[in-house]
Amino acid sequence: MSDLIEFQHVSFSYHQSEEDAEPIPVLHEVNLSIKKGEFVAVLGHNGSGKSTLAKHINAILQPTEGVVYVDHIDTRDDELVFDIRQHVGMVFQNPDNQIVATIVEEDVAFALENLGVPPKEIRRRVDDALKDVGMFAYREHAPHQLSGGQKQRVAIAGIIAMNPDCIVLDEPTAMLDPKGRREVLNTIERLNKEYQTTVILITHFMDEAVRADRVVVVDEGRVLMDDVPKAVFVQVERLKEIGLDVPQVTELAYELRKAGVAFAPDVLTVEEFTEEFKRIMEA
Amino acid sequence: MAIIKTEHLTHLYGTGTPFEKAAIRDVNLEIEEGELVGVIGHTGSGKSTLIQHLNGLLKPTSGHIYIDGTDIFESVQILQKTRFKVGLVFQYPEYQLFEETVEKDIAFGPKNLGFTEEQVKEAVSHAMECVGLSDAFRKKSPFELSGGQKRRVAIAGVIAMRPKVLILDEPTAGLDPKGRDTILNLISDYHRAEKNTVLLVSHSMEDVAKYCSKVLVMNQGHVFSYGTVAETFSRADEIEQIGLAVPQVTRLFSALAKEGYEAGEEVYTIVRAKEILLEKFLQKGGA
Repeated sequence: MSDLIEFQHVSFSYHQSEEDAEPIPVLHEVNLSIKKGEFVAVLGHNGSGKSTLAKHINAILQPTEGVVYVDHIDTRDDELVFDIRQHVGMVFQNPDNQIVATIVEEDVAFALENLGVPPKEIRRRVDDALKDVGMFAYREHAPHQLSGGQKQRVAIAGIIAMNPDCIVLDEPTAMLDPKGRREVLNTIERLNKEYQTTVILITHFMDEAVRADRVVVVDEGRVLMDDVPKAVFVQVERLKEIGLDVPQVTELAYELRKAGVAFAPDVLTVEEFTEEFKRIMEA
Repeated sequence: MAIIKTEHLTHLYGTGTPFEKAAIRDVNLEIEEGELVGVIGHTGSGKSTLIQHLNGLLKPTSGHIYIDGTDIFESVQILQKTRFKVGLVFQYPEYQLFEETVEKDIAFGPKNLGFTEEQVKEAVSHAMECVGLSDAFRKKSPFELSGGQKRRVAIAGVIAMRPKVLILDEPTAGLDPKGRDTILNLISDYHRAEKNTVLLVSHSMEDVAKYCSKVLVMNQGHVFSYGTVAETFSRADEIEQIGLAVPQVTRLFSALAKEGYEAGEEVYTIVRAKEILLEKFLQKGGA
C-alpha cells in the first residue's frame, strides 16, 4: 500500500494579530504517514495541535515549514487545492454548522451540484451515500427534525457522495448522546471496512480510539506516540500525565498490576478483560 | 421538604398543529435539598425541556413546579425570584460571555439582582474562587482565555448570583479529559462547600457514577427512574435498551457475572471494582 498522506518535517505557527512580532508555534517537526485504507485515531488534549494537524490534510492550513503530500500532491500548490479536497473530506464537531440545505437530500447533493456533476449521477450518488449512512429513509426530511447523530450522518453522507479517498473527522461525536455516538462510529467503521476509505478520527473518547487500527497521540504540537491501540493505551501513566484517559478496563488492569496481580496490561475491551480474568482465576 | 417538586408536569410543542408533540408528559419529581443529581437521557428524551421549566424559562402546558414549596408561576414576582434562585448554566455557556473583563462578566448577574457594590465584589470573589480562577484573571478579557477557562468564567457568572439550585446542562461537552475532570471536581467541591442542590446533565455515565449521589433518567418525555446511583445501575440492561450507556466497569461486571463470577452488588467505579477483584484473587489463593 502506498502512503496517501505524508507529513514531512511539518511545523506550523501563526500570528495572532498583525502587530505581533513573535509567531505562536502550534506544530513542531511533525512526521507522519498514513496509508490508504487505514483507520487512524488522533488523541491529544485541547490545544495540543491535533485540529491544526487535521486541517493540514485538506489544505485548509498550509505548513509554515516542511511539506504535506496528499496522494503525492503538495498542499502548498494553490492551483491544486480543489483536487486535494476531492481526495479528503472533513467533518466537524457541530452538525448544525455543516448543514446548508433545508432538505436532507439537497444537502448531500450540495457539493456535487457545485462540481457540475450531471443530475442523474447526482441522484445516484446521493441515494447511495444516504443508504451508506443509514439515512435514506430521511432523505426528504428537514435537517432540524433530525437528532444530532442523524445530522452528523447526513454530514458524512455529503462527504462520501464526493467519493473521497479519505475522511477526516474532528471530534464528530463531541455533541452527541451515546446512541448518536454509536451510530456515527458504526458508520465510520463500516466505510473503512467496506470501502477501504481512509479514516482519520480526532476524538476525546478513548472507547472510539480503541476501535482504530492505529492511534496517534499529539502533545504540544509533536507526535508523542504512534502505534497500535494496545501499545498506546498500555502507557497509562504517560497518557494521564498529558491529560488523557484510558478505557476503564485498561485502568482497572493497571490498578490490579499496581496491587501486585500479574494481570495483562494491554486489555482494552470488556471481552479482553473477561478473558484475562478467567485465565487467572482458572489457572 | 423537597427543594424541587413537579406535579403532572407536561409540555407540548406545536399544539394545534399536526406536529404536536409532548416533550415531557406527566413528570412527577421530588428532589431533596442538597443532592447532587445526575440527569441523563438521550437527545429528545425531554431533559432539556424539563430543566428549562425549573427556573421558569418554559411555561408548562399543564402541571406545576414548586421550588422550596412555592409554585413558581403563582405570580410574576415569584417567577422573577425563581430565576435567581435556580441558576441555569446552558450548554457551551462560553458563547454567552460578552464583557470586557472576566470580573465584569461575572458581576453582570449580581448587579442586575440589585446587589450593593460591596456585595457584588464579594459575590465575584466567591464565584471566582469556586471555579478556581485566581485574581490574575480579573482584568483579563474573557476572549483571550482557553475553552475550559472561558467555561469556568461562564459558570462563575451563575454561581455569583448565589442560587439555591444550580443546574448545569452538559458542562463538560467538548472538553478534553483533563478539562472535564477539572470542571467536575470544581462542581463537586462547590456542592460540598455550599450544600446546595446541583443538577448535572450529562451523557457520561462514568462521570455521573463518579460524582453524583442520585440519578434521574429521562426517556421519551417520562421519568424512567430516579434513585441512587446503585439503584439506577441495577437496571443496567434496561438502561442500555433505551439507548443510554452504563459505565464500562458496570458492563464488565455483568460480563463477569455471566461467566459465574458474581460481585454481589452493583459496581460502577474503578475504585470499587479493584477492591472486589482483588478480593476474588485473594480468595482464589493469591495470584
